[in-house]
Amino acid sequence: MKRRSLLAASAAALAAGRLATPAFAQGAPLKVGLITTLSGPGGYLGEDIRDAFLLAVEMEGGKLGGQAVQVMVEDDGFRPGQGKSVAERFLRNERIKLFTGIVFSNILGTVAPDVLDADGIYVSPNASPSNFAGRECHRNFYSIAWQNDSLHESAGELANKLGYRRMFILAPNYQAGRDALTGFKRLFKGQVVQEVYTRLDQTDYAAELAQIRAAAPDAVFQFHPGGLGIGFMRQYAQAGLMANVPQCVAAPSMDSTTLRAVGDAAEGVNLSSHWNSDFDNPASRRFVDAFRTKYNRLPTYYGQQGFDTALAIAAALRQTNGSVDPATFRTAMLKADFQSTRGKFRFGPNQHPIQDWYALKVERVGGQLALVTKGKVLEDHGDAYAAQCRL
Amino acid sequence: MPERGWTYRGVLALLLALAAALPFAAQALDSPASIGIATQMACFAIAAASLNLILGHGGLVSFGHAAYFGLGGYAVGILWEHFRLGEPIFGLIPGSNELLVTLPTAMLVSGLAAAAIGALSLRTSGVQFIMITLAFAQMVFFLFVGLKQYGGDDGLSVRRHNLVPGLDLRDPAQLYWLCLGILAVWLFLLHRIIGSRFGRVLEGVRQNERRMAALGVSTYPYKLVAFVISGVGCGIAGALMANYLRYVSPEMMSWQRSGDIMVMVILGGMGTMLGPVLGAVALVGLEYTLGGLTEHWPFFLGPILLLVVLFLRGGLMGLFGVRRGSG
Amino acid sequence: MSTLVAEQLLNGVQLGVMLFLLAAGLTLVFGIMGVINLAHGSLYMIGAFAAAAAARATGSWGLALLAGLAAAGVVGMAIELLVLRRLYARDHLDQVLATFGLILFFNQGIVMLFGRQPLFMQVPPWLGGSVEILPGVPYPAYRLLIIAVGLAVAVGLYLLIQHTRIGMLVRAGATHREMVRALGVDIRLLYTLVFGLGALLAGLAGLMAGPVYNVSVGMGEQILILTFVVVVIGGIGSIRGALFGALLVGITDTLLRGFVPGLLRSALPPDQADALGASLSSMGVYLLMAVVLLVKPRGLFPAHA
Repeated sequence: MKRRSLLAASAAALAAGRLATPAFAQGAPLKVGLITTLSGPGGYLGEDIRDAFLLAVEMEGGKLGGQAVQVMVEDDGFRPGQGKSVAERFLRNERIKLFTGIVFSNILGTVAPDVLDADGIYVSPNASPSNFAGRECHRNFYSIAWQNDSLHESAGELANKLGYRRMFILAPNYQAGRDALTGFKRLFKGQVVQEVYTRLDQTDYAAELAQIRAAAPDAVFQFHPGGLGIGFMRQYAQAGLMANVPQCVAAPSMDSTTLRAVGDAAEGVNLSSHWNSDFDNPASRRFVDAFRTKYNRLPTYYGQQGFDTALAIAAALRQTNGSVDPATFRTAMLKADFQSTRGKFRFGPNQHPIQDWYALKVERVGGQLALVTKGKVLEDHGDAYAAQCRL
Repeated sequence: MPERGWTYRGVLALLLALAAALPFAAQALDSPASIGIATQMACFAIAAASLNLILGHGGLVSFGHAAYFGLGGYAVGILWEHFRLGEPIFGLIPGSNELLVTLPTAMLVSGLAAAAIGALSLRTSGVQFIMITLAFAQMVFFLFVGLKQYGGDDGLSVRRHNLVPGLDLRDPAQLYWLCLGILAVWLFLLHRIIGSRFGRVLEGVRQNERRMAALGVSTYPYKLVAFVISGVGCGIAGALMANYLRYVSPEMMSWQRSGDIMVMVILGGMGTMLGPVLGAVALVGLEYTLGGLTEHWPFFLGPILLLVVLFLRGGLMGLFGVRRGSG
Repeated sequence: MSTLVAEQLLNGVQLGVMLFLLAAGLTLVFGIMGVINLAHGSLYMIGAFAAAAAARATGSWGLALLAGLAAAGVVGMAIELLVLRRLYARDHLDQVLATFGLILFFNQGIVMLFGRQPLFMQVPPWLGGSVEILPGVPYPAYRLLIIAVGLAVAVGLYLLIQHTRIGMLVRAGATHREMVRALGVDIRLLYTLVFGLGALLAGLAGLMAGPVYNVSVGMGEQILILTFVVVVIGGIGSIRGALFGALLVGITDTLLRGFVPGLLRSALPPDQADALGASLSSMGVYLLMAVVLLVKPRGLFPAHA
């Protein structure tokens, strides 16, 4: 009773189509389990990760690191239980060893322990909560994106660099939101005039905007990922705040999709990121061009993370000759011997990235608004939890 | 097929035997993951059967039963967290990883919550009752979202399964048998409750509450007790679910989850013994199967539910000629 | 401080007005047909998507308005004709299951039509600015427009229901459903029209929400629960109740969010105050509903007096 998802089948067909001979001719392809969120308001994040990962496989002709792969994609429905069932089926029925794809920390919470306990490998293209970076770090858990907090630490440092002394900070009242404010405060040296928690299910921010106006801070730091951010940014601009109180945010609050949705109002927003679509290195240019050609849109940094994840896996598989034995794979993986689209990349002791962070600004380039890289904020920055990790 | 008599009992025994043999079939068919799905089905079946007691038999539509489901789960999660850290709760209650401790705790906590919420909610009826149960469940939900100590919105990981003497819950088949066994016992208990004088009063409340009052029956205590029993059942389901998922989060108590449990009862057939079980099996099974076939699974699941409503009176049990009160 | 209170009150009114547009349709359908329509939020989403798509394709705000209203109205009437009409005589819970199925269908249908990327819709340029409502307090003109439209709809509905024949039937239908049917009124047509009207208002709310919030799949469910809260607080079947309920919920929610954390901060350490304040303000609306129902089980303005 083997069930194959249509998606996986089409991915394999797509890969096979590019080769003169079917991929199966060189022995069975290695199965990779990509569990991601394709439903609901966060669906476009998972879509970008999936599209970019499949793009990397396609660009290598259905292979990763010379090893033919079959990527099995499935939606977790933004529900931990569903994510767990899919993981279980992938692990036990399909005997998949290599997993990736998850967007949200709460799905990771059910999937990763099962994968790791079954001696599987999880390579995270996005969610990297503090427990997996610190106390509960694991030999077979790799983060390719960043540790959640470092997104916001870099924004705190950016605020220092921009000379903001009095900041108003706000985020939704959930774990990632609270971590965001903690992360921001860790490196920010000025004064936090007010700290506000919004609701995860909130769509109207008028009440918070009125508080910002009343507090009259130097700038605002806010963390509202995905759809939430679009609403927040728009209302911020409509309230006429953008002209008086600049924003200094982390990448999730202003990705290229948010920018498109917010439009002109976003001009002038400062943000920090580990990557931007205008990065001038061959790997990044190749990725952005290929992504635009294939999907006819600019990749968000979620896409970049999906792509880098595929590159990292490919580099490891090339050295292990396609083996996913955890010990051999780990030796190969930790070398991080791939051309990251972000430039410099290496793993810290907790198998999370040590990388540079950049200042970005929304500016007009040839009449179009774009995220423009302005310079470095942090160099070789790891995360605050590595010290708690014993590997 | 009336819900009594030897044929019916024979069918039940056969169904139970088939369900118990599922892990072997799963191994033989090289689909060991099916055991996990079956475990989820069993957990939701317990929750749906519990809701059915008040919804199907008492006519009390609670739109907040995920709260008790989640509380049951959190009982396991919080006891585990304190066991792991070696710190007693409030410095008094020690943590635990023994199912014989966590399961009764889950029942107690969800029962107490159901007693408090039920006592207030049952002062209303009809649509107002639906909404007030929802309101309380939302309050519990936001309470847990705000509990930073227990992971807030990110939830709590239960890294190791609870211990049960004589069983190893790390083995999916044994966990499944445990859930199946508890489901069978719980269904039997509910069946006895419904067949008792208590159950007849409850049925009377659904059909005509005024008449019951006119007969001199004070309905409020009956409704409250039924509400508490169904809350306890959801707590059991949640505790088992937490053991299966090894994870609890406020998502377990969201209103969407309350809706899912309600949909299972209606889909399977309200007021029948096996209806909620069938509903849980059908909903979980459809989501899983359709999800494996296409990423657009809700586009097909929606119309399927619609067709069941339009053409099958009394839910899926209607297919077998079993309807509410036909027993 | 007092300007902040005034501004927050206005914000509360604006949120309340949006909720009113949704609650008005829901409460009529609830009160007159006795149908629990979970798919009401889907109509809100459909209105928003149709308007955003039309605005993107044509660049015309008028066409966007028409497209949003037409899509929501047509889909609403189709739902009534094809699905709900068959379920009036059935248990409430059959309607719940059916409309739950519709939510899944519409949400994923929108994904298949428009993709997963959220759509964007700009405020018309002539409404993009802000108006100084109080010295030093600019307020977005577009939000003022929402308030104006909402209040105009409230007046319109009042006139429709109190002073027209259809309104009379609606009032009669809400209080004595069987009686109206017995009088030989074409109840089926009335139902379709009322449902269409509710759908139209939901679509209007959706298309107005587009430029402020975001146009994304699932936007309907986020607001649906709050709408039900409004309907129940106001009293089922009562337009007046829906208006007061919506304003009450909107203002309560906004003021709680705006001021509770600040008040707690004076008593507790900041991080505890913020976390507790956020939880309390999230619960506030539900607490309000629970209290209202415990004091007045039929809501503030019950239609079935």
